[in-house]
Amino acid sequence: MKAALPIEVTAGQGTVLYLDGISVSFDGFKALNNLSLMIDAGELRCVIGPNGAGKTTMMDVITGKTRPDEGRALFGEAADLTRLSEAEIAQAGIGRKFQKPTIFEALSVFENLELAMKADKRARTTLLSKLSSEQHDRIAATLTLIGLRNGADRIAGLLSHGEKQWLEIGMLLAQEPKLLLLDEPVAGMSDHETERTAELFLSLAGTHSLVVVEHDMAFIETIARKVTVLHEGRVIAEGDMNKVKNDPRVIEVYLGR
Amino acid sequence: MLLQGKGAAALAALFISASAFALDRSALEKLASDDNDEKIAAIAALVAEGDPKAADVLKSAAEGEIELDGKKVEIVVNNRVRARIAEALSVLKLLSPDNAERHAAATALTGGADPAMLSLVLKARDAEQDPAVKKLLELATAAMQLRSEDKETRLAAIRALAGSDNKALLVEAASDADEDIKRAAQKTLRAMDDRLVWGEWLGLAFAGVSLGSILLLAALGLAITYGLMGVINMAHGELIMIGAYTTYVVQGWFRGSAAFDFYLVAAIPAAFVVSAAVGMLLERSVIRWLYGRPLETLLATWGISLVLIQAVRTIFGAQNVQVENPAFMSGGIQVMANVVLPWNRIFIILFAAGVLVAMWALLSKTRLGLYIRGVTQNRSMAACVGVPTARVDTWAFGLGSGIAGLAGCALSQVGNVGPDLGQGYIVDSFLVVVFGGVGQLAGTVYAALVLGFANKLLESWSGAVLAKIAVLVFIIFFIQRRPQGLFALKGRAVEA
Amino acid sequence: MSALTLNQGQTPVNGLNRGPSLFWRLYGVKGWLAIGIGALIAFVVFPVLNLLVPPTSALHISAFWVTLIGKIMCYAIVALALDLVWGYAGILSLGHGLFFALGGYAMGMYLMRQIGREGQYQADLPDFMVFLDWKELPWHWSMSDQFWWAAVLVVLVPGVLAFVFGYFAFRSRVKGVYFSIITQALTFAAMLLFFRNNTGFGGNNGFTDFKRILGFSITAPETRMALFVITALTLIGTFLAARWIVTSKFGRVLEAIRDAEARVMFCGYNTMHFKLAIFTFSAVLCGIAGALYVPQVGIINPSEMSPANSIEMAIWVAVGGRGTLAGAILGAGLVNGAKSFFTVAFPEYWLFALGAIFICVTLFMPRGVMGLLKR
Repeated sequence: MKAALPIEVTAGQGTVLYLDGISVSFDGFKALNNLSLMIDAGELRCVIGPNGAGKTTMMDVITGKTRPDEGRALFGEAADLTRLSEAEIAQAGIGRKFQKPTIFEALSVFENLELAMKADKRARTTLLSKLSSEQHDRIAATLTLIGLRNGADRIAGLLSHGEKQWLEIGMLLAQEPKLLLLDEPVAGMSDHETERTAELFLSLAGTHSLVVVEHDMAFIETIARKVTVLHEGRVIAEGDMNKVKNDPRVIEVYLGR
Repeated sequence: MLLQGKGAAALAALFISASAFALDRSALEKLASDDNDEKIAAIAALVAEGDPKAADVLKSAAEGEIELDGKKVEIVVNNRVRARIAEALSVLKLLSPDNAERHAAATALTGGADPAMLSLVLKARDAEQDPAVKKLLELATAAMQLRSEDKETRLAAIRALAGSDNKALLVEAASDADEDIKRAAQKTLRAMDDRLVWGEWLGLAFAGVSLGSILLLAALGLAITYGLMGVINMAHGELIMIGAYTTYVVQGWFRGSAAFDFYLVAAIPAAFVVSAAVGMLLERSVIRWLYGRPLETLLATWGISLVLIQAVRTIFGAQNVQVENPAFMSGGIQVMANVVLPWNRIFIILFAAGVLVAMWALLSKTRLGLYIRGVTQNRSMAACVGVPTARVDTWAFGLGSGIAGLAGCALSQVGNVGPDLGQGYIVDSFLVVVFGGVGQLAGTVYAALVLGFANKLLESWSGAVLAKIAVLVFIIFFIQRRPQGLFALKGRAVEA
Repeated sequence: MSALTLNQGQTPVNGLNRGPSLFWRLYGVKGWLAIGIGALIAFVVFPVLNLLVPPTSALHISAFWVTLIGKIMCYAIVALALDLVWGYAGILSLGHGLFFALGGYAMGMYLMRQIGREGQYQADLPDFMVFLDWKELPWHWSMSDQFWWAAVLVVLVPGVLAFVFGYFAFRSRVKGVYFSIITQALTFAAMLLFFRNNTGFGGNNGFTDFKRILGFSITAPETRMALFVITALTLIGTFLAARWIVTSKFGRVLEAIRDAEARVMFCGYNTMHFKLAIFTFSAVLCGIAGALYVPQVGIINPSEMSPANSIEMAIWVAVGGRGTLAGAILGAGLVNGAKSFFTVAFPEYWLFALGAIFICVTLFMPRGVMGLLKR
């Protein structure tokens, strides 16, 4: 079992993620069609688009779940994500939150965070690893942040939907990624929770890069600085919310011809 | 016909006139001696006289007893002597007036016989009127002359054998010390090979299609229950077994009646209905509660299979039962010298094709088929538009089970029917479905045929067991290369 | 079985406190007490009642019981091994009977050589080879007269096979029922292979009629008791090792893989390494169990590799309760105890009973007996 972490990515200057001419097809259906996208360090980017526009496929390509037929996906200085495994990509510093909250239902909240936490994740070391007090403190801090400080020993499967969403966000933060991919992060959250999520994302931006895919337009408007609109696997518009809203092609796509 | 009958009569007269009416006593004494070589010489001597009584003596000798001076004497017959007796009896049958009997005897002799009987066979050949029998007898004499002392005779025999299909005869001669003999034999062997190779390939192809059709029948039901519905039914093999036993029971009802040859007309629907009913019962009572939990389904249906096996054992006994083919299905058509296609295999191929067409029509042309496809593709949406999903599940499972019953009915025509019948097919049929790609009817068909061919092809040069192992290992690796099977769709639907 | 009283120990995760020492991490007071009682019964009560108490006494434990319990303990090791991969990592292998049989065959080869010239044909070669008219040992039998080599094979053969097979299967992400089906095909293929006489493992009949192990008579009560004690020791060792694994972070990753494998990968774990490690370890445990089983039972043949055997192993785990180690031991004991009872009392009803167990456990007791006890 070889050591993971083959690359060290330095964030902070310039572009963090660069998708270059990515195409993916499933049995003739082009899910992504020569897609190019650039995410800057510390940026908060919203990606919108109608169903089937290729949003989830794009995330799959970035996280290594789907291999593109063509194109490159560069992370940081040189790493080509299309050649790394899911685990290597995660260790390089990309965290992903799924559309449906996926947490480890049989484990406790604490254990969920423990597994996600940035650490040596090779099979051999996990057999012997013990939590240091510094790691305990970090998990405790995350618990506070996601409002589950008093529920550390609860079995994750028994949490409410909103709590699960927060736990997953907490797991993502514990991973200490440089780039966060968030697929519909506020689906199923109450207004209050949504508001808190927006605050959290805004506070993360700057030190992290975030890509948020969302249907909830109100939420997008609260957090969006720059919006990318996907349609039929390619970018049709990009810019601030006002510009995008008034783009004739976007209007056509959303309202029909 | 008349001419031939006359000829045969004349032939018999020829032999009888040349023989004394009493059997040669010295030959009988030799037959009773302890020396096997003496016995064999005696057999030849008895035959040379051509007395019809010789046949009776030889028959009883084969059973270890002869009558000498009115007393019964026991004699020891080993395999060598027994083979000579069989040859001698065949030679004697060459005298028979019955064309078919002479034909059978001549066929038996084409493998060669004791050269001591050559003169008799030569006589028979020269007197023979039926061209088919005469040709066989020419081969037989050639086979006997192959070990002659005279080189020219041997060479002539080798040339004559070129028309035969029996390679084994020439193999020995092909490594003879004499260069001419060796070369001639090898040349003839090659010519034979060239002639037989097409037949061998045809035979292999037929065996492949035949096995493929059996695999297909076993797997078609699974293509519905597993491929479409996603239910891992480990009791599928037992549903096949139930179909086979239903055939056995129906056959029992028809036994002795004039309509026995047509019992399949009743057995086919009966097998379908019984297996389908058992399947629907299982779906209602057990499987329904385990949808979406494949590993649990696997274990529960395995338990069902154990219960079904034991139930059949309790009712019918642990021994295999006999299912007879209708008369029209025994025998076969000879398409080439070395290829006979058995009727029961042909029937199964046609039957499998028929079941396939019926199933395709049912799934694509009927309302039930539409419902089944709808429910398997999007259960909640189907429920929303008013499809009774629970009932459709039951019917679909019943359909798959019924097809398993049909497979059992077909299998009862070619193999043993016993309580363990289904166990032999379960690994195979799952592999066919998985290999073909889940949810793909066409994939199942191709996979069954490919696996049938591959199995038979490998079998022809590595033996049945190694072939089976090789196919299993191949599929194991194949599934690892392409977990979706041969013909699966790739994309989001599969990931989910 | 002592496992009846075993308590899973309270999982000491009070998240924000420091973890306890390794000893208490494994089990609480009740758990250790139960293990102690089990050890006492196996190491003191059984030997004394079997060897020292005369057969006339009512307290005497006969050789029949020593063999039966010894056999069930071997099965319990298998159940623990299967529980690790199925109960914790969610991988249902239907080929564990193969690893068990391979360990048994490796030990059986050594036992065959120990027969020496006392076989039916009084030849240097094992009887079945004389029967097949073989003149010398085939290559894979070289060194089989050495016990240490047999011990190496017991671990190595199942381990390497599981590693190679698992590597290809997990690398191509074969999972769920697919994995079950191809492991079943694997053991089926191996069974066909071992049925052949030419494979060199005694064909249909396998190995039997053993005389000695390490020079000791294999039928002597002392030898049988020694095997019994070693088996008990191995079982307890396996139990503690398995508990150590599942209470480590490694164990939690396994459970996470079972519940949401994709998420584990996106957390940065290479799940294939975890699955491969636990699958291989599990196969090795089965090999060891098989090696302990063969000298006690006195026979090994290819039917041990039949798919039916491997599925039955899964039901031991399911009866006891998946994902609870004590449950695996309990399930192996209950099912095999019932089997021993039925095959003597009502042989024709055993399959009905076994079938009913399969159906009822999956339908009504998804958490097995341990689930019922906990409630």
